[in-house]
Amino acid sequence: MSQDIIIKIAYLVASVLFIVGIKMLGKTATARKGNTLSSVAMLIAVLITLLDKNVLSFTEIFITILIGSAVGLYIARKVEMTQMPEMVALLNGFGGASSVLVATSEYWKLAHNTALTMEPIVAVTVALSVIIGSVTFTGSMVAFGKLKGIVNGGSVTFKGQHFLNAALLIAMIILSALMVASPNSEVWMLSLLMLALVLGVLVVIPIGGADMPVVISLLNSYSGVAACATGFILNNQVLIIAGALVGTSGIILTQIMCKAMNRSLANVLLGGFGQTVGTSSKSEQEIVTKEVGIEETAMLFDSASSVIIVPGYGMAVAQAQHVVRELTDLLEKRNISVKFAIHPVAGRMPGHMNVLLAEANIPYDKLIEMDDINDEFANTDIALIIGANDVVNPAARSNPQSPIYGMPILNADKARTVIVSKRSMNAGYAGIENELFGFPNCLMLFGDAKSSMSKVVSELKEL
Amino acid sequence: MNTENLIVLLYVLVLASFIGFELIAKIPPTLHTPLMSGSNAISGITIVGAIVASGPDMWSTSKVLGIAALFLATLNVVGGYAVTDRMLQMFKKKK
Repeated sequence: MSQDIIIKIAYLVASVLFIVGIKMLGKTATARKGNTLSSVAMLIAVLITLLDKNVLSFTEIFITILIGSAVGLYIARKVEMTQMPEMVALLNGFGGASSVLVATSEYWKLAHNTALTMEPIVAVTVALSVIIGSVTFTGSMVAFGKLKGIVNGGSVTFKGQHFLNAALLIAMIILSALMVASPNSEVWMLSLLMLALVLGVLVVIPIGGADMPVVISLLNSYSGVAACATGFILNNQVLIIAGALVGTSGIILTQIMCKAMNRSLANVLLGGFGQTVGTSSKSEQEIVTKEVGIEETAMLFDSASSVIIVPGYGMAVAQAQHVVRELTDLLEKRNISVKFAIHPVAGRMPGHMNVLLAEANIPYDKLIEMDDINDEFANTDIALIIGANDVVNPAARSNPQSPIYGMPILNADKARTVIVSKRSMNAGYAGIENELFGFPNCLMLFGDAKSSMSKVVSELKEL
Repeated sequence: MNTENLIVLLYVLVLASFIGFELIAKIPPTLHTPLMSGSNAISGITIVGAIVASGPDMWSTSKVLGIAALFLATLNVVGGYAVTDRMLQMFKKKK
């Protein structure tokens, strides 16, 4: 059996393991094994590629892999769970950049060797790979900067922005055509690369903070599509299969995020959300809130029999999740049922809140999805809202004027008593007021979530 | 690459995408973050292309680009899998 056939069969095995790995990633019980399986698939693919007849010199390869692995492991160990969106954005960007570099390398080899000719199909796939990979790279870097706060996190828009993007796109199509026509003059290819890098920046800057989960999911999908395009250049099926899995995964998550915010993808991508609103709704009426103290909160919990906690990103920022777990344990010891209601866009990326609560040792079977828990609020004594705002704003149900009207929300307002732990009366991420805070059954517990909760816990211990 | 070959690759792409949609639509929201970082690691499969591009025994622009690609792809793969594993080991059922 020739070496080529062995390599192809090993790639097939790797592809199967990737698919099975993803399938196992779908159940909490098998997820960790699934991830391991998928990493084994990657290892097989890497090892077998070293047998490729074009791979002649190994020292640089081993050194590079060694350094890359060390840096990768270091980052993976050190990253805080609150920073997962940044981490994913960064790695997405690296994946995209890697695809571009592979495409450029292959192009360079073909363009500078008179013995090799570049067929039009290959030139087209190089163009596609360069465009998608570059947009993924710079787009992810901007997203990373926005999440980290290095770049303006809000929506950056300017006059003629859409026109500029359209012009860039047309220029890129023309450059691709020129590149296919004369594949040996690299000026077209380099110009295409530059424009694609610029486009990546331009498409992400108009997207504001609250929409970042959508962008991360979308860029995740792009990084897969970029790998796919590179697979076409190299005529390599495992790249296409793995890339397609990632591409579809990103698209599905993007759809879920958009649906959870009641926005179309086009609306998110065009950006500018949260700028025009807020001023119009503020003048209507002042929201009158009722405050509650620590002792009273503890007493309310003591006399309750069921509690639903609605966590938001604010809880994670205040590092209150461990205190919340303590509260949960304490309440359960008194036979009070405690559940967590998780909105699909809670946190800064899909499923982010689940990871943050898992880190605080809260068992995952206590975390209930929105659709499954929404009917339970009406039979619940206390809904405790910590660091969440827009996802419990009843305006989404009742006020057609509100910018979040139509967004599915958690029915926390239906609970007998609602306690809101919040630093101040500041508006939420979307920049709009929450009329829930003025409801007669709603009590405000002002202060830092972590210190309020730990005070409530120590008060409860004494009761 | 001839047209026939291209068609075969397109078949692979379409079928793999269908499998992707089928599998991923069933994954519960609890696991969406690990899914994302895990699939992120999978997208580092370009490491295969990067190894081939870094392979020649003579140094050239093409090889340098390949080495750079290899570094980023390795970072993507190892970082992605390691952080996913770290997350998944935190998911526990009630004791």
